[in-house]
Amino acid sequence: MLKISGLSKVYPTGAAALKNVSFSVGEPKVVTIIGPSGAGKSTLIRCINRLVEPTTGKIMLDDVDILALNRHDLREARRRMGMIFQEYNLVERLTVMENLLSGRLGYVGFWRTYGRKFPAEDVAAAFALLERVGLSGYQNTRADALSGGERQRVGISRALMQKPDLLLVDEPTASLDPKTSRQIMRILVELAHERGTPALVNLHDVGLAQSFSDRIIGLRSGEVVFDGPPEQVTAQVLTKIYGEEDWSTTIRKVEGESGKPDKPHSESEESMLRESLA
Amino acid sequence: MTTTPSLSDRGNTPQWHRIRTIENPWVRRGLVAIALSYLLWSMGSIEINWGRAADGVPRAVDMIVRMLPPDFSRWGLLFRGTLESVQMALAASFFGMILAVPVGICGAGNLVPKPVYLAARGFIILSRTFHEIIVAIFFVKIFGFGPLAGVLTLLVSSTSFISKMLAEDIENMPPGQLEAIRATGASFPQLLVYCVSPQALPRYLGVSIYRLDANIRHSTVVGIVGAGGIGQVLAASFSRYDYDFALAILLTIISLVFMGEFFSNWVRNQLR
Amino acid sequence: MTPLKHAAKHPEIWRRFSPRQALLRYACYLGIVAVAVWSVSAMDITWFFLLDAHVQALDMATRMWPPEAGYSRKLLTPLIETIHIATLGTVVTVLVAFPVAFLAARNTTFNALTWFIGRFILVASRSVNTVVWGLLFVAIFGPGPMAGIWAITFRSIGFLGKLVAEAIEEIDTGVVEAIESTGASRLQVLWIGILPQVLPVIYGTTVYRWDINIRESSVLGFVGAGGIGIVLYAAINQFRWQEVSVILLAVFAVVILSEFVSAAVRRRIT
Repeated sequence: MLKISGLSKVYPTGAAALKNVSFSVGEPKVVTIIGPSGAGKSTLIRCINRLVEPTTGKIMLDDVDILALNRHDLREARRRMGMIFQEYNLVERLTVMENLLSGRLGYVGFWRTYGRKFPAEDVAAAFALLERVGLSGYQNTRADALSGGERQRVGISRALMQKPDLLLVDEPTASLDPKTSRQIMRILVELAHERGTPALVNLHDVGLAQSFSDRIIGLRSGEVVFDGPPEQVTAQVLTKIYGEEDWSTTIRKVEGESGKPDKPHSESEESMLRESLA
Repeated sequence: MTTTPSLSDRGNTPQWHRIRTIENPWVRRGLVAIALSYLLWSMGSIEINWGRAADGVPRAVDMIVRMLPPDFSRWGLLFRGTLESVQMALAASFFGMILAVPVGICGAGNLVPKPVYLAARGFIILSRTFHEIIVAIFFVKIFGFGPLAGVLTLLVSSTSFISKMLAEDIENMPPGQLEAIRATGASFPQLLVYCVSPQALPRYLGVSIYRLDANIRHSTVVGIVGAGGIGQVLAASFSRYDYDFALAILLTIISLVFMGEFFSNWVRNQLR
Repeated sequence: MTPLKHAAKHPEIWRRFSPRQALLRYACYLGIVAVAVWSVSAMDITWFFLLDAHVQALDMATRMWPPEAGYSRKLLTPLIETIHIATLGTVVTVLVAFPVAFLAARNTTFNALTWFIGRFILVASRSVNTVVWGLLFVAIFGPGPMAGIWAITFRSIGFLGKLVAEAIEEIDTGVVEAIESTGASRLQVLWIGILPQVLPVIYGTTVYRWDINIRESSVLGFVGAGGIGIVLYAAINQFRWQEVSVILLAVFAVVILSEFVSAAVRRRIT
């Protein structure tokens, strides 16, 4: 359970990126944050694991006050939050397996990580994840030899290797083509539901956000201007978030095909996996 | 083919002119004028004994005559000096490579706090500024004549060179990868091993091997101030006007450098 | 699925390297360490000198402090001479290195022999240190800046020539073919097709070499080839340590300044 209250961030330049943001995320729910570029989406995600230090406010992850932690305790809190990035941010010259295992760095001591001698259950979990995201047999491939979609699947797996209580996802599809974007979002949402991990996802694509999320938060100039289920995202709401524009073509029929499975059952899982591999 | 339609729109096309490095003509001419007047001044003010310089041509001829043929008869001395130079270069490269890791990491502004960064950069700038020979003189005063002073001199310059390259390499790393590993809750040493090291390693090895080849070249000169190696033999032969032996030494140095360069190119190709 | 089920189904061991690769790596490490140990132990090092090194260093430091400020006035002339030697040497280098670079580049040389000659000049020039060239030219021209200028030139030809030759080998061949197809002479091809493409490299490396040459000319005086090195060498030999520290400060200032100038110029032109 993540609870944010009164969060503000003012950069040293004087630019206020976040203004008094409050919301909470709980139970296995996929919450997307939409908003125009520069609305503070990335800053918000990065404040939660303190890659960016917030100016004021309070962030509670279950009963841990994130902003009150010292360096050591912050590391422990960070390993409970898996992060997925727009540019994948894999360590390019390491193999896929090493990238996955780097998700365990917060749990394993320095010398074991230095010798790449991770506990057996971590290695087994990594192989299982590779199979789950459709990358079986890629363990010894170097990350810089992968395509964008494959990299993002490694990125998702690395975050899940942490066995996180929360996923922080920053524009996971912004560098991918539309088809791969849908595949990646599908995998992400499925895994979040399978593992019961709530996810906070930045998206700039309103269509994707509507298809794949349980709840949408609209951010404009650092302020929350909308918070509700995807069905409630109307033309007026989008105007409130992004400004005046003809939205009729953007809003999709929510009753139609929804990419989010209500409960994962193996048959559809298999077919989706096949599709995502295509 | 008789009609040329392009003729009609010639009036619209802009005048062609050469692309200049500096576009503003007055700035360009001004810079050229400053450069020329500086050149004239420097040529005028430098003290050159033209009579002595004119003697130079016959002297050079005389010297070349006395150099030929190169005298390899004292090959024992030659071999020992060369071996010592190679050993100095190898030792300095090896330890320089090791010392450069902490210094290079401390010199990377995106990893360490400001005071550490400034200290490391200060060391790098300071040791880069002074020529090897100046450093060698001081080490000879402190450690006495011999290869120890030479090795330490080369060690200082190797460390500062490799660490400068390493620091720049780390600073140019994509920040996202560092961010991603930090976000997993990794400690600073784990960040180094899991993110910085794999990304910076190939170039670090390449630079180190280049430095080995450079050290072979530099090891021939620190001997001139008494810091060991083939340079010491060379300086002695020059002061005794032993030009045929000097040429033999020079040829040895050239072939040694050539081999060193060949070796370093080969290893760098293997690394990639 | 629980982690336990995964564990039962998936391999629990993963190694970055196969045993063969790992063995090869360790063999490499061992080899490098062995070479380093051999080179240190086989050298004729008097370890005894290390014992009192700190005493010597401290002694020297106390003698160098404080720098004799009044002495700095006498340094202006040799400092300017140092800069002049570097500049004039660099200017002559540009004139000589350019034709040599054309010989040493595979696509502009005449035949295998001229290519080899070009390459040999470049290697020989770089193998011999500036100070060694200084020794040679002092023997020819006698002590003074003239020997220094030639020493700088002969060492810099290899540096500048190599980089320019590499730039020539990497030029866009399409432009050259286009100009050749107009029936231009070889010289015209050089002038119009190749020179403009490598000009930025020439400017950049020349300025870069100039700032290296300032550092080099600061020690040419040690072998009598002019510049501040003469003063420095004399001061060290006569144990006038307080003057030595002033000279070192002056050299430091000039080198830093020239590096700054060179970096600024290169930023502007590239």
